[in-house]
Amino acid sequence: MTELAFLLNGTPVRLADQPPTRTLLEFLREDRGLTGTKEGCNEGDCGACTVIVTDADGPRALNACILFLPQLQGKAVRTVEGIAGPDGTLHPVQQAMIDHHGSQCGFCTPGFITSMAAAHQQGRTDHDVVLAGNLCRCTGYAPIIRAAEAAASSPVPAWMDTTPPDLPVVEISSGGGASGPAGGRQPPGTAFRPTTTDDLAAWYLDHPEATLVAGATDVGLWVTKQLRDLPQVAFLGGIADLRQITPEGDRLHIGAGVTIAALRQALHDSHPHFAAMLSRYASEQVRNAATIGGNIANGSPIGDGPPALIAMGARLHLRRGDVTRDLALEDFFLDYRKQDRQPGEFVTGITIPAQSSVRCYKLSKRFDQDISAVMGAFDVTVADQTITAARIAFGGMAGIPKRARAMEAALIGQPLTRETFLSAKAAAAQDFTPLSDMRASAAYRLETAGNMALRLFHDLTGTPGSVQEVRV
Amino acid sequence: MSLGKPLPHDAAPLHVTGEARYTDDIPLPAGALHLAFGLSTCAHGDITEIDLSAVRAAPGVVAVFSASDWPEMPDCSPSLGDEPLLAVGKVHYLGQPVFLVVADSHLAARKAARLGRITYAERPAILTVEQALEAGSRFEDGPVVWARGDAAAAIAAAPHQAEGLFEVGGQEHFYLEGQIAAALPQEGGEMVVYSSTQHPTEIQHKVAHALHLPMSAVRVEVRRMGGGFGGKESQGNALAVACAMAAHATGRPCKIRYDRDDDMVITGKRHDLKIGYRVGYDAEGHLLGVEFRHLFRCGWSQDLSLPVADRAMLHADNAYHLPHIRIESHRLRTNTQSATAYRGFGGPQGVIGIERVVDHVAHALKLDPVTVRRRNFYAEMAPGGLSAPPTGPAQGGTFPPEDIFRQKKAENPGTGHWFGGAFSPKAVVQTTHYGMPVEDFILRDLLDDLEARSDYHARRAEIARWNAASPVLKRGIALTPVKFGISFTLTWLNQAGALVHVYQDGSIRLNHGGTEMGQGLFQKVAQVAAGVFGVSVARVKITATDTAKVPNTSATAASSGSDMNGMATRAACETIRGRLADFMAAKFAVAPDQVRFEDGMVRVAGEVFDFDRVVAWAYQARVSLSATGFYATPKLQWDRATGQGRPFLYFAYGAAVTEVVIDTLTGENRILRADLLHDTGASLNPALDIGQVEGAYVQGAGWLTTEELVWDDRGRLMTHAPSTYKIPACSDRPPVFNVALWERPNREDTVGRSKAVGEPPFMLGISAFMALSDAIAACGDGSLYPALDAPATAERVLWAVQRQQRHGA
Repeated sequence: MTELAFLLNGTPVRLADQPPTRTLLEFLREDRGLTGTKEGCNEGDCGACTVIVTDADGPRALNACILFLPQLQGKAVRTVEGIAGPDGTLHPVQQAMIDHHGSQCGFCTPGFITSMAAAHQQGRTDHDVVLAGNLCRCTGYAPIIRAAEAAASSPVPAWMDTTPPDLPVVEISSGGGASGPAGGRQPPGTAFRPTTTDDLAAWYLDHPEATLVAGATDVGLWVTKQLRDLPQVAFLGGIADLRQITPEGDRLHIGAGVTIAALRQALHDSHPHFAAMLSRYASEQVRNAATIGGNIANGSPIGDGPPALIAMGARLHLRRGDVTRDLALEDFFLDYRKQDRQPGEFVTGITIPAQSSVRCYKLSKRFDQDISAVMGAFDVTVADQTITAARIAFGGMAGIPKRARAMEAALIGQPLTRETFLSAKAAAAQDFTPLSDMRASAAYRLETAGNMALRLFHDLTGTPGSVQEVRV
Repeated sequence: MSLGKPLPHDAAPLHVTGEARYTDDIPLPAGALHLAFGLSTCAHGDITEIDLSAVRAAPGVVAVFSASDWPEMPDCSPSLGDEPLLAVGKVHYLGQPVFLVVADSHLAARKAARLGRITYAERPAILTVEQALEAGSRFEDGPVVWARGDAAAAIAAAPHQAEGLFEVGGQEHFYLEGQIAAALPQEGGEMVVYSSTQHPTEIQHKVAHALHLPMSAVRVEVRRMGGGFGGKESQGNALAVACAMAAHATGRPCKIRYDRDDDMVITGKRHDLKIGYRVGYDAEGHLLGVEFRHLFRCGWSQDLSLPVADRAMLHADNAYHLPHIRIESHRLRTNTQSATAYRGFGGPQGVIGIERVVDHVAHALKLDPVTVRRRNFYAEMAPGGLSAPPTGPAQGGTFPPEDIFRQKKAENPGTGHWFGGAFSPKAVVQTTHYGMPVEDFILRDLLDDLEARSDYHARRAEIARWNAASPVLKRGIALTPVKFGISFTLTWLNQAGALVHVYQDGSIRLNHGGTEMGQGLFQKVAQVAAGVFGVSVARVKITATDTAKVPNTSATAASSGSDMNGMATRAACETIRGRLADFMAAKFAVAPDQVRFEDGMVRVAGEVFDFDRVVAWAYQARVSLSATGFYATPKLQWDRATGQGRPFLYFAYGAAVTEVVIDTLTGENRILRADLLHDTGASLNPALDIGQVEGAYVQGAGWLTTEELVWDDRGRLMTHAPSTYKIPACSDRPPVFNVALWERPNREDTVGRSKAVGEPPFMLGISAFMALSDAIAACGDGSLYPALDAPATAERVLWAVQRQQRHGA
C-alpha cells in the first residue's frame, strides 16, 4: 500500500490505501470532484489533463493522466481550479484567454490554462514549444497564442509563488495491508520509493520482477491503455544522485533520472543540434516527466534519444546489486524490445562527449509531439575538406536503434562533395531493411534516411536545408 | 444594440477556470454504474460462440449483455434501422460493439470488456471502394447520377481534354471530449438522459424506441459538448441507448464514456473517397464539359451517407458555372467504421474535386489558376453587384485580425435599398447544375479585395524567383474560393423552436433547440434576444438544450444553428415584447409602435422606465411573459430524385491564399502564411465568426496534410489515438495568419442579415493543399501535373516531387 502526502491547490492531502498506479487524473476527478482537469486521450498526447507540479526544481507542467500518485510525494499540485486567486481574481492568462477568444468548446482550455500559467511563472515566451503538447480542435491556436503573448508581460500573481511544500516525509515503502477500492482496480501492490541508488540496487536485486518507474510516460500507458496491473513498482523520482549531470574530463556523465527537459536545457550550448532536436521530443509535459534513462531502458526502436547518443559515442552504465558495468550504448540494444540487461540490473546513466555537433534529423508526420518515422543522427568530422570521422545511427529503420556502418564507410576518408554523400545515400540500403507501418512506408524510410545524408551535405556546406527555417 | 458586438463566448469565464460542466463532470446519484463495450476483433464474419464467463466473473461487474440477452435488439441508426446496438449473429467491422459490460466503475467495466472470448467464422472483408464496386456492395440500387447538358459530348468537342483519379482521405473528428452519455431512471419507467450530442431529439427518439416508451417519457439534456464537428450528430446514439437499456435493467443510473482509442475504433469519420474526373476545356481555360465519378467509402451502415454524398454532388460546381456536367455518385458499403457527418457534410469532398480540375487545367495551360477560376465563376449579378460597396479601407500587405472589429458595419442592412429597383440584376441569373439560381454571387469583388490584401500576384512572382535559386526547398502559393449552400438538404429539417421566459424581476431565460459545441451559438442567440428587448446580454440567462422545453429539434448541423434558432428566438422575444408594448401603449394611451425598447429602458410618451419596472407592471397586470417562437426556412424546394430545385436559402462565400514551403529531400512541408477573407453577412458576432473561420481553416488544412487514417489489411484501424493520428498542433498554424470578414449584409432575410459560418470556411483549407501542389509543380519542367493525393503527408509530397524530377530528367 502507498501512503503519501502532497499539496493540492495549497491544501495538504494525505492518502493511504491507494494502488501504486492510480493516476492523479482519476483521483482528482473521482475522489475530489475536481473535474476541471479533463481526460482527452488518457495517454499524455492531448494535454487536456495538464496540471502544474512544483518541487525544489520549480514549477512544471505535467500530464495528470499518466502521473501516478506516488510520484507526487512531497510536491505541490495545482489544478485549473487553483489558477485564479483566492478571491476569484483571474490569472493574467485566464483573462487574456477570455479577451482574445482563446476558448471555443472549452474542453482543452483548462489544460492550456495550466500550461500557460506554468510557462508564465517560468518567464517563458516560446509559446509554440510550451504548448505543443496541448491539442485544440476548435480555434486553430491563433487566438491562444495571442492570449499567451498578451499575458506575457503581466507580473506573476502573488498567489502563484508556491514555495516548495514543507511536508513531512512519509515513508511509503510498506507492503500489503487493507484491501483496495472496489471495482476492478488492481489489488493492493507495493510502491517502493528509494532515495539513493544503493537502496534501489539492493531492493531491485530482491525484486527483479518489479517495474521501475521514472517519469511514467511509457509505463503510464501500460496502465491506462493496456490495463495492466503492476503489483510491485519502484518510483525513482526521489533518487537525487540519478538526476545529476557531472563533468568528467572531456565527457559528461548524465544520470539516468535526468529529465529530457533538464537535458535539453543543459546541452543547449554544448550540443546545439541535439538540444534543438530535443525540443521536438514529445511535448513539454512529457519532457518534464520523461528521463533519458527511461528513454534508453524502454528499448524502443524509434526513441529519439538513442540514435543521437549512439552517434555521439555514448557509453551506458548499468548496475546490478553492487556490480556495475558499462558498454557502448549501441551494444545495449540486441533485438526488437530486447536489451543486454540482466534481471535486477538497471541503467544508472550515460557518458557522452562534453561537446558535440552531432546533427539530428527527425522525420515525423507532424513536426511537434510526434513519434519519429525516421530519426537520423550524424556525427561527422571534416578536416581540410575531407571527412575524417563519421558515426551515424538511425531510429525507425530497424528493430533497434542502429549504427549505419555502410553509410559511415562511404563517408570516411572521402572529400566533402555531393558525390560522396550520394554514395552514402546509396549505402543506406546495405544498412537497413525498414518496415512499413502507419507512420511511413519502408520505401519512404529508406529513401529519406539516404536523403538525410544529402541534407547533412547541405548543412555542412551552408545551404539552408529545413522548411522550419523559412519565414516570410 | 447587442447584435454585431464582438463579445467573448458566454462560457469563456467558466472554460478558463475549469468550472464549465461537461457530461462527464455531472455528479451522478449514488450507486451509478459504468458501462463499456466489448468490441469485435474481426472485420466481417459470423459469430459462432460468445463466452462471457470471464467477463461476468471480473471484479466489479454487475451485468453483461449480448444479443441473446434481449429478445429485440435496439437500433441506433439515424436513417435505415441497420445499426443494432450489439452485433446480432454477424459482425460488420473491426471495432463493432458485441457485448455490453455494466460495472461499478469505469475502469472495472473497461477491464472486464477485454475478457470476452468471441469466436468468428470469418468472411472476406470488403475494405476498399474497388472491392466494394466489384462485389456490388453498395447502398441504393446503383449510383446516383445528376447531369446538366451533355458532358460527354462537350468534352469530346472541346479543344483540350484532361482526366485524373485521386484519393481524398477521411478525417477523424477528434473532438477533445470523447463520446459520452448517462441515463437516470425515473419514476414510472421514464428516463432522463445526459448526452454529448448535437441532436438531442434523435437521442430522445432512439432511447424511446429502445425502451418502448413514447418520446414524451424521455427527456434529453445537453448543456455543452467539448467539440462536435458532426461527430456527435448520430454517433452518440449507441451510448445513450446502451445507458438507457442498462439503467432500465438495473434501475440504477448508468454512464458510458468511450476511452479515446475505443472512440476512434468504434465511431464513424469523414467519408474518404476516390474522385475520377474528365474535363474538356478551351485555350482560355473555360470548362466546357466536366464529368465526376465519386466513389464514397461509406462503411458498414448507411448512417448519413446518402445526404453526405448528395451534398458532395451539390458542391461539385463550387463557384463555377459548368454548362455541361455529369456527376455519378457511388455510395459503397464496406466492412469499416460507418462514415458519418463531418463539418461540411460532403461539401468539402465535392469542392476539392472541381478545385482539382481547375488546378489541372490551369497547369496544362500554364495559366495562373486564379485566372482560370475567375473565367469560370458564376456571372456577376449586376454592375456593382447587389452587395454594399466595401466598407473597410482597401489595404495591401498584412492586417491584424482585430481590424475587423474596427470596420464600420454596412448601414441599414435589410432595408431593401440594394435588393431591388435600379440595383436589381440586369443579366439573366445563372443557375447551378441542380437548377438553383445563383443570385448573390460576390466572389469577384471578394477576390479583388483578397488579392490586394494578400499581395497575391507580387508574391507569386517572388516565389518563382526564389524557387529558381533554391534547389532543395520549394515554395508554392494558391488561392481557392468557396461557395457553400446553407440549409439542410432534407427540407423538413429546416425548422427550429425557442422558448423564452421573462421573469417578474426583468431577468430573461432563453432556451432553444440548438446545441452548444464551442461555436458560440448560445451567445449569438442571446445577442439576438437581448437585441429584441433592448437590454444587455448579461440579462439573458443561457440554458441547457432540453427536449422537454423545445421539442422536435433538428440536429445542430449544416451550419444552420444561429440562422434557425436565432430566428425562432427572435420570434419568441418579439411576441413578448409585443405584449409589453401593447400593455404600455394602453397604459399611456399611445400606439404600440411608439413604445421603444433600448439601452435597458422602455421609452414611451416622453418618459423612460427601467425594463425591470415595466416587466413588474406587466406581471401585475397579468400579461403573459413567456412565449415560444418558431422558424421554418423559407423558399426551399428540393426534389432529390431528380436533383433539381432550390435546396438552399442562400450561399456563403469565402476565399483564402496559402503559401507553403516543401523539402524535396523528405517531403516535409510548412504553411508559411495564410490570408483569409470570409463572408458571414452582417456578422452577429465578429469575434466568434473570426474564431470559426480561423479554426475551420486549420482543421481543413489538417484534413489535407497530416491527418492520415490507416487501416491494415484486416480492416483494423491503425491510427486510433493521438499518438498515431496527427491533428494540427500549435506550431502548425500559419505563422502569418490574416483573417478578415467580408461584412456585407445577406441579401436573404436572415437573422440580422447574417450568414452561417460553421462549415463554409473549412474549405478554405483546400488552398493549403493546392499550394503544396504548386510547390511540387515547381520541381518539374511544367509538363507533368503533380496529381497529388490527399492527405498530402510528407511521404506523398516526396513521391510527387520525385515524379516531377524523374519526368523532367
